[in-house]
Amino acid sequence: MSRGLLVSYAVLTLVLFGAPLVLDAYWVDVLNSVGLYALLALSLNIILGDAGLFNMGHAAFYAVGAYTTAILNTRLGLPTLWALPVSGLVAALFAALVARPVIHLRGDYLLIVTIGLGEIVRIALVNDVFGLTGGSNGLFGIARPTLFGLKIRRPHEFFYLIWAFVALTVFLFHRLEQSRFGRALNYLREDPVAAEGSGVNTGRYRLLAFALGAAWAGMTGNLYAAKMTIISPESFSFWESVLLFLIVILGGSGSIPGVLLGAFLVVGLPELFRGFASARMLVFGLVMMVLMVFRTQGLLPLRTVRFKKSDLQRAKAAP
Amino acid sequence: MEHFFQQLTNGLAVGGIYALIALGYTMVYGVMKLINFAHGDLFTYGAYLGMTLLTSFFLQDRLGLVAGLVLLAVMVMGLVALIGAVLERAVYRPLRDSPRLSAVVSALGASIFLQNALMLLYGARVHVYPEDLLPQATVNVLGLEVPLMRIVVVLASVVMMAVLYLFVQKTKIGTAIRAAAIDQGAARLMGIDVNRVILLVFLIGPALGGAAGLLVGLYYGQVSFTMGWLYGMKAFTAAILGGIGNIPGAMVGGLLLGVIEALGAAYLSLAWKDALSFLVLIFILIVRPTGLLGERVADKV
Repeated sequence: MSRGLLVSYAVLTLVLFGAPLVLDAYWVDVLNSVGLYALLALSLNIILGDAGLFNMGHAAFYAVGAYTTAILNTRLGLPTLWALPVSGLVAALFAALVARPVIHLRGDYLLIVTIGLGEIVRIALVNDVFGLTGGSNGLFGIARPTLFGLKIRRPHEFFYLIWAFVALTVFLFHRLEQSRFGRALNYLREDPVAAEGSGVNTGRYRLLAFALGAAWAGMTGNLYAAKMTIISPESFSFWESVLLFLIVILGGSGSIPGVLLGAFLVVGLPELFRGFASARMLVFGLVMMVLMVFRTQGLLPLRTVRFKKSDLQRAKAAP
Repeated sequence: MEHFFQQLTNGLAVGGIYALIALGYTMVYGVMKLINFAHGDLFTYGAYLGMTLLTSFFLQDRLGLVAGLVLLAVMVMGLVALIGAVLERAVYRPLRDSPRLSAVVSALGASIFLQNALMLLYGARVHVYPEDLLPQATVNVLGLEVPLMRIVVVLASVVMMAVLYLFVQKTKIGTAIRAAAIDQGAARLMGIDVNRVILLVFLIGPALGGAAGLLVGLYYGQVSFTMGWLYGMKAFTAAILGGIGNIPGAMVGGLLLGVIEALGAAYLSLAWKDALSFLVLIFILIVRPTGLLGERVADKV
């Protein structure tokens, strides 16, 4: 990680830490949304940015996580935060199960199939599958989370919970980027055939990327359910998946700071122009087209790793 | 049995509409390898333009029903084709050599833009077509009372598909389109102006999509600004079912999907109707990714 990036993260952390002290409840809540979308987009970034798999049904994994939490909490009384890892696990298992047969499909075909999967999940939720999901009304009465005896219910309390999770995610995903797993994903994004030829088990890594991304989306679903206390299929529509896709692409596919910036711009910025609410999406579509024509790589693209001069010299000097 | 045949003819009508939209997807995909997400919205534009022209010019009263409707269809197709061509020129041409993903995102942006422009122009509510336009007659086909409009839809889509098929197979320009779909570079070396072929594809596809929109408006009597994406997704499923990039495939896939959906809704479950076509899509991609008549789509890795 470069020094500039570290400084940016430090400044961002300080600004965000102080933000709830000066902002009113409405704007804190906007930042909470930004945080949730940042988490979702970071999780999608593993699949779409790192592994290069066009997943436009990410809202399905988010929904599975949120509904797992809601069902466990309202039916079995499991404390909401305890359901966090369970939600992640269930979403990951679900992703591994549904992605297994379609993982080998080429780019845009995977895109269409994941759109289909997302829709099937939404329709299943609306149709009250297994009598557990409450149909189109959804589920309500999800308990507020309790942390060390403190009940989290006001926006600025949620702010610290959500953004602490974002910070942890950013740290972990930066570590992941540098790991063997992260490098393998990048390799198979750039050239799957060469990756396979070099002994990267392409199918398995793709599946793992899906499961990991889904796990994080599932855990974000838990936070969302805890914050809203009501969830319904409406919140997990196709457009939600599109929005996440956009955050990743506009910010800079594969780049963690880019995805964070994307979340701020796509979710936060429209709040500044609430007066033009009806024309908001119009401008949004226009920006997408213009940006793709003039800045294909996104706003903060992933920088390729360069070797330092000293490394080169050391390599030359070595026998 | 009566019920079954009614559902079958209904499925054929809906399938004809899917097939007309699917042709636009499959032609654009064949030549440019791009999923034109905005195509579903061009279909919606066809439906809305048809409604506006119907209520502002009363062509059916001035020229008689048949001539009026034909002229209406020609106007709608021309206007939607124009929108399609503008879209190609402004949005897709600059992205022709960029990564696939940027073109896909740009197409999504175009879709969002078109959809919301329509919403701002017409408002978000559902609009209805003028009633009593066509006589609410039924026609006796082999002892089965079929609504007239259903027959019009089936006939109109079959005629348009046949014309397109002959155009692509028999004419010189059609041959150029097929050549560009196989290999753009080689087509260019043979003296084919690929830019013009692509422009042509973006005229024909949206024209057929617009016609499909008009037919949906006439068939169901009501239109909404978001209807394009569900029809678009189903038409794309139809294109994949038949084998993407393959023109007869889109026709077969569209009709087949329409029938599967109508029968599924009637005999399995109405609530799961929309999920059924997505299940068909996933199933076909797992079992036979080339579609019924098409190219290979899975990487062997």
